[in-house]
Order: sequence, then structure tokens, then C-alpha cells
Amino acid sequence: MATEENLLEINNLEVGFRFGDEYHNAVDDVSITLKKNEILAIVGESGSGKSTLATAIIGLHDPLNTKVKGEILYKGLDLTKLNEKLYNRIRGNDIGMIFQDPLGSLNPVMTVGKQIEESLIYHTDLKENARQEEVLKLLDQVGIVNPQRTAKQYPHELSGGMRQRVVIAIALANKPPIIIADEPTTALDVTIQAQILDLMNDIQDETNSGIILITHDLGVVAETADRVAVMYAGQIVEEAPVDILFTDPKHPYTRSLLNSIPQELEGEEVAELHVIQGTVPSLQALPRTGDRFKNRIPWMPDEVFDEDPQLAEIAPGHKVRGNSWKHFYFEGEEEK
Amino acid sequence: MWKTVLRRLLTMIPQIILLSIIVFVVAQNMPGDPFTGMIDPNVDPAQIEALREAAGWNDPVPVQYVRWVGNVLQGDFGRSYAQQVPVTTLIGGRAANSLRLGIVSTFFTYLIALPFGMFAGRFNNSWFDKFVMIYNYISYAIPTFVLALLMVFIFGYRLGWFPTFGSKNVTMTAGTAEYYWDMFYRLLLPGFTGGILGTASTTQTLRSEVIDAKTQDYVRTARSKGVPEGKIYAKHIFRNALLPIASSFGFIFSSLLSGSVFIEQIFAFNGMGDLFITSINGRDYSVVITLTLLYGILAIIGSLISDIALSLADPRIRID
Repeated sequence: MATEENLLEINNLEVGFRFGDEYHNAVDDVSITLKKNEILAIVGESGSGKSTLATAIIGLHDPLNTKVKGEILYKGLDLTKLNEKLYNRIRGNDIGMIFQDPLGSLNPVMTVGKQIEESLIYHTDLKENARQEEVLKLLDQVGIVNPQRTAKQYPHELSGGMRQRVVIAIALANKPPIIIADEPTTALDVTIQAQILDLMNDIQDETNSGIILITHDLGVVAETADRVAVMYAGQIVEEAPVDILFTDPKHPYTRSLLNSIPQELEGEEVAELHVIQGTVPSLQALPRTGDRFKNRIPWMPDEVFDEDPQLAEIAPGHKVRGNSWKHFYFEGEEEK
Repeated sequence: MWKTVLRRLLTMIPQIILLSIIVFVVAQNMPGDPFTGMIDPNVDPAQIEALREAAGWNDPVPVQYVRWVGNVLQGDFGRSYAQQVPVTTLIGGRAANSLRLGIVSTFFTYLIALPFGMFAGRFNNSWFDKFVMIYNYISYAIPTFVLALLMVFIFGYRLGWFPTFGSKNVTMTAGTAEYYWDMFYRLLLPGFTGGILGTASTTQTLRSEVIDAKTQDYVRTARSKGVPEGKIYAKHIFRNALLPIASSFGFIFSSLLSGSVFIEQIFAFNGMGDLFITSINGRDYSVVITLTLLYGILAIIGSLISDIALSLADPRIRID
């Protein structure tokens, strides 16, 4: 049951893509909740299923080639059971989505004002004039200096940072309680990234919405998130409040990820960058039983891995999948 | 924008001069002349020679060219030797016919190609898409004269819905409403035939553009706003898929006047295509040169129109 403070509750979600006659799960057994007023970060490598999860929440998977199982509960409704018509009332109104590539995400032949206004057309009773006023307010809210002018411009006439602000304005248009941001800063310059993150923090303060922030950038996570879920090969392997995750990571994957952040050492000695061996296995090659991270830490003896690792709470708010973390050490280190 | 248009129109001048020289020289070098075959072989060759001399065809080519240019600048494109009327009069009547036919054909082309392309793209791999694919193969592969003859046979002869030949009914009084209605009615069958033949490429282009646009990120953004599916297609997908069609518009314009030899022949429709072939066969130089120049100018204007149409449809393309 979704409680008062849980905005969104995802239970045992599976998203399978069709390959020929078989479905392979890109998201497997994901259970997570989003609370009011929080920024939940979902981190993982490319191919870990984080964007697939986001797409499933907003219901944009192609139903012919995708199978969604499990529950996504919002206000007592299971979103996975909704038909297109009802889902369209949720999309944009209750869930706003911010995408990665701000140029590709905007229609090149439509003014940005019209694209923001479109969000309002289907979810409000506002008349055209009122909508246009609202568009200017939104542009102002996301930090566009001259809303009047920008509203009449086309996406290619704006800078990358401005485009992303427009994309954010679209997501915010109906003041949705849930905002999903799928790698909102990946396509931007570092200086612009910081501005956009500040903006998202401000928005969260103003609107009290719950934000799901999908990223592979741990720096972004440290700067913005309240809670973090780490995904690997379609599963959540660790979930914790942000300070705990950074100070006391448990799962081998989380520890490897944190270890891969370039460290600046004092003096001239530069630490060798830790690299996680191999890549996330492809969907078809993914082992369906046992620990999915096993083959990327080959120095670990087989017996430390569980047959069927489950996510378990080891401290309040801190969940880790399986027991292999209890024995984990980095290659070259002494066994504990 | 008007500056660019003006600049493009000015650069047309050297292009046209060059074109006219090439056309003139090639035309003069075609074997034979209008008198070959027109005159009884028993006529004294000296007499023919006198006619040639009088027509100025024994002068060096550059002299003839300069004389021709001088006449053209005064609006005199010469006379048709075969039909003994001024070239402008001859072309004028034919051009009006071809233009009407061209407009009706283009109308039918778009009437068929736009919905076919859009729906085949939207519901790709459906039975409708497969039907459109088969239709495209057939309309692309079928020779014009075969289709035209079939149309005449079925709709003109068997069903008797349409007249089988002619662009106007000479027994009617020109200028009456009935006369114009008859003229329009006579356009439908040849226009539809020509229209069908032009659909394949537009349909295919539009279909693949729609399929491509469907997977674009901006479509996903529109979906994430909760825009209903129908509106997604109308406002986002089709609008973007139509851009390449807008850029082909100018070329359609330039083809409007050139006419189709087969359709004109089979429907006994006096148009430009027919005139062009006849004048080449008859070595009717003045007509050939004027027509070639006209087509050249139309092609240049057509590409300018394409650029303007595209810049109006796509805000990313600005000509200034």
C-alpha cells in the first residue's frame, strides 16, 4: 500500500524487451518508493536499465515489443494497468519528464513557446491567452532572461543550456508531483551542468515535488540527491541515503563505482584509476540465476556468492542485494 | 529573403545565355531541315537552295545566333516553319492545356500520395502498408501508355463515364459555363492517369520519413506531455515528415508545363510534350529552341521555389 508520504511505489517491476519470440528483462525485480520532497537518484552504468525504468514509469514503452510486469502505484492506481487514454491524463500532469538530449527532445519546427503550451492544452482549461501568460511565467521560472523573445524562438536558435531549461519548463508546466529527470545534464557543458542542477534543486524547494534523477554521474548524485539506488544489470543492488552510500557503501558494485571516481591526491603521486573489469552483459547474455556482478569481480571465490541474491535491509533505509558484500575486497588487497 | 531571390534571378541570366548558345548550336547541327520532306522531291534543288538562302540558313552559325537573339529581345521568337504561325501563339495554346493538365495531375498525385504515405508510415507493416507497397510497385512499374490505354478502355470506352479524347468540345460555344465545365471534365481522366504515375516516389518518401520521425526524441517528449496519439501525428510527426516533400515542390512546378507525351498522345490532348517531339522530328528550329529555353528557365525557377518552400516550412533553413 502506498502510504501518505509515498508518492510513488514500485513493486517487483519487470520490463522485458522482445527478441524474436523471447522476452529478456532489462529491468528485473525492481521495488522502490519515491517520497514527497525528495530527490531519489538512480545510478548505474550504461545498460543497467535505469532509463528503461524511467520509461516504464511514464508508460512509454512500445507495447508490441515490451512486456511490463509488477506494479507502479500512484494515488492507489496501478499505472501498468492503465489504458493509453487514462495514462495520457497522468503524463505531463502528474508525472513530468526531463530528457537527456535537449536538442533532440524538442520539435525543430515548433516554437518553444508552443511546445510548452502544448503541455497545458491537454491538462488545463486555460484559454489561449492565459496559457501564453503561463508559458512566459514558466520560462521565467526556469531562468530564461527574456521569456517574451524566447517563447517565439525555435530550438535551434537557443543554446544548449537554454534548451534544457525549456525542456524543464515543459516538464514543470502542470506542476506535477513527480518529476523524472533522465540524465538531464549529460549533454551539457560542465558549467551549464551546475546551473541546471541548481535549478532542479530550486524547483524541488519551490514545488515540493518528488524527483527521480537518473544519472551515471556520481558527482551529480552527491550534489543533489537525498537517497540513492544503485542499479546493475536491471536490478537494484544497493539503496541508501546519500551520505551513507558515499561513506559506507556495501555492495561490491557500489564500492567499485565509488572507487572509479578519479581521486586527487596530495603531492605528485597520482593514484591509478580504478576500472571495473568488463562491461554490463548484453540482455541476451545476462545470467538469470546467481549474482549478476560475479563475472566482473573474477578474483572473488565462488562460495561468497548467493544462489539467488535478494535485496535486504541491513540498517534503517540501507538495503543491499545478496551477501557477497560481506566478503568483498578489491583485487590485490588482502582478504579480510 | 528578397535579396536572395533577386540574386538568384540575376544569376539566371548567364545560365540562360549559355543554355541558349548550346541549344542553338545543337539545333543547327541536327541533320535535315524543315524543308526536307515538306517539299516535293521533283522541285528544283536550286529553288530549295533559294529558300534556304532567304531563311538565312546559309549564314555562319554565329551570325544566325546574333540575329536570333536580336529578334528574341524584341519579343519575336520566330515562326514555326511546320505550322506557319508565330512560335508564341503556337506555344501559348499548348502551354495552357499542359498547365491545366499538370495542375490536375499534381492535385491527384498529392491526393493519393499524402494519405497513402502518412498512413503506411503510421501503421507500418500493417495490411494497409503492404497494400500501399504493392500499389507503389505497380504504379512505378507500369508503363505510362499501358495505364493510359487501360484507363481509356475502362472508364472511357466500357463504362463511358468520360470522353476518350480531346481537351475541349469544339461544338460548344466558347466562354459559357457549360464549355468550361466540359473542359474541366475532360481533364479528369488524363489528369488522374498522370497523377497515379507520380505517386510512387512521394508515397515512399513520406512513408519512410514518417517511420523515421516516429522514433525521434521530440515525439517521446510530446508523448510524455500526455498529448493524444492523433495529435502527436498531426502536430509532430507529419509536420516534420512533410519537409522533404516541400523541397520537391519546385521541381513539380517546373514539370507542370513540360507535359507528358504519352498521355497527350493517347488522350489526344494538345500539349507541350506532343509539340516538343513533333517540332524536333520536323526540325522546327524556332519551336525547339524556344521550348528548350522555356524548360531551362522553368527548371531554374523551380529550384528557387523549392528553396523558398523549404525555408518557409523549416525554420532551421533561412535564406537571407
